[in-house]
Amino acid sequence: MTITMKALSIQNLTKVYNNGFEALKGISLDVNQGDFFALLGPNGAGKSTTIGIITSLVTKSSGSVRVFDTDIDIDSETAKSYIGLVPQEFNFNGFEQVKHILISQAGYYGIPANQAEPRADELLLQLGLWDKRHTPSRALSGGMKRRLMIARALVHKPQLLILDEPTAGVDIELRRSMWLFLQAINAQGTTIILTTHYLEEAEKLCRNIAIIDKGVIVENTDMKSLLNRLDKETFVLDLKSPLSPDFTLSGRNYHRLDDTTLEVELKRDEGLNNLFAALSLQGVEVSSMKNKANRLEELFLALVDKSDATL
Amino acid sequence: MMTKFARHRVAFSTLLAREIRRFIRIWPQTLLPPAITMTLYFVIFGNLIGSRIGEMGGFNYIQYIAPGIIMMSVINNAYSNVASSFFSAKFQNHIEELLVAPVPNYLILAGYVAGGTARGLCVGLIVTLVSLFFTHLNIQHIFITISMVFLSAILFALGGFINAIYARSFDEISIIPTFILTPMTYLGGVFYSISLLPEFWQNISLLNPILYMVNAFRYGMLGSSDIAVEVAFGIIIVCIISLTSFALYLLNKGTGIRD
Repeated sequence: MTITMKALSIQNLTKVYNNGFEALKGISLDVNQGDFFALLGPNGAGKSTTIGIITSLVTKSSGSVRVFDTDIDIDSETAKSYIGLVPQEFNFNGFEQVKHILISQAGYYGIPANQAEPRADELLLQLGLWDKRHTPSRALSGGMKRRLMIARALVHKPQLLILDEPTAGVDIELRRSMWLFLQAINAQGTTIILTTHYLEEAEKLCRNIAIIDKGVIVENTDMKSLLNRLDKETFVLDLKSPLSPDFTLSGRNYHRLDDTTLEVELKRDEGLNNLFAALSLQGVEVSSMKNKANRLEELFLALVDKSDATL
Repeated sequence: MMTKFARHRVAFSTLLAREIRRFIRIWPQTLLPPAITMTLYFVIFGNLIGSRIGEMGGFNYIQYIAPGIIMMSVINNAYSNVASSFFSAKFQNHIEELLVAPVPNYLILAGYVAGGTARGLCVGLIVTLVSLFFTHLNIQHIFITISMVFLSAILFALGGFINAIYARSFDEISIIPTFILTPMTYLGGVFYSISLLPEFWQNISLLNPILYMVNAFRYGMLGSSDIAVEVAFGIIIVCIISLTSFALYLLNKGTGIRD
């Protein structure tokens, strides 16, 4: 039997800020080495506080955090050396040149400039920043700044990469190229923890997931099991011709959005054929259809709503 | 595999290099103004007014004030370099680059203080060169001169660091230099010997640490001082130890940098 090393192990972590706000209420979480892990939750749920504590930017109130079996309270230097952080907000010295930012960051990890330089060049090329290497970071576009933050987090070759909403405000083309880049890094063995508001992103990239809401983990499982729990999906159908006023779909939840658009809820184990047969019987022709929401989004909303109801 | 010492050495030299790069990059704000201001001091207080004052402490006036003016520029620049650099790092959040890295707090402090000291010494050298256009400086005690300017730069760089830790706005890093540091410097015997003051004000002046630095530095350069040089060294070393301990306490507690 293979015992997988834990890249991250959090036990009973709490955080109460000075103003009395209880951001984390005793969360426990494990992330295995090599995993691509999603940490999701609504705004203010405690994601950034959790990441802040793991990376020593926030002081915890109680509990323990171990990174590759190293307790951050006992040997914080070793624990920090395993981690690369891509924060949510841009946090460069705007006046420093792109390449200097990378070489300085490597230096803080004890990597001398002569060793850091080739690594910085490699990352600048991979992330499409080579032409901007002598540009002050404040002159970069938003997308370039995001890529620079990824390059900076990787310059010391971390074993655990933590990305706090790395694709916020990034156009779809760049987002997809970042996904490919992150998947390649993960395939090479880097453990990745991702927080994102794009649930499609989490569903596409991550194998395991935790959902946090109001400082409590409301779900922690693998993505496949979670998606299998989805017992119904909602489809939006575009119709070729307007519905008649007396149109009904007996035995189904449906909603007429307008004369030519219909929203229908389907049980997961029910095929689409029955629905189309029922529509055909009434002479309704469907020209196109789509999921109303991403599958994970539906589950996410259900889980967060449920936690609201119990609190 | 690098030793911890080797990693720390690289981290420290990286931080110091970044700090030096910063004040050189913005030289019109950091290196040029003290050269111009101090030239004006030499012209106005040294040449124009000084020629009417006559001798002070056995030296012509411009010679007497030159060490104080050099020390004043070292103190101000060491202080303001660290105060503005560390506060900017907090303000732009790029202090997080250091906080997430395996850089112990004492190295963060050492890197910033070394950067401030470097700027203080650099400006001190520039002002010394400027002063040579106006007067002769025959250094009497080279070791005392160098060690005093070095220790003073360290002390005020530490002061700037503590100021930046507490500061929440750019205003708060200019309040102390404007309302405390500048008056203390002017009243620290840069332009006069405290023997000219009534006894009460002489005793009050002895509470001002800048008086000891200026006089010990003047002793190193001219061989003349209002106070005992050993006392000056003792006071500065005690102040450096106290401020270092306090700055490390604040960093370890996370004051101003960690939630």
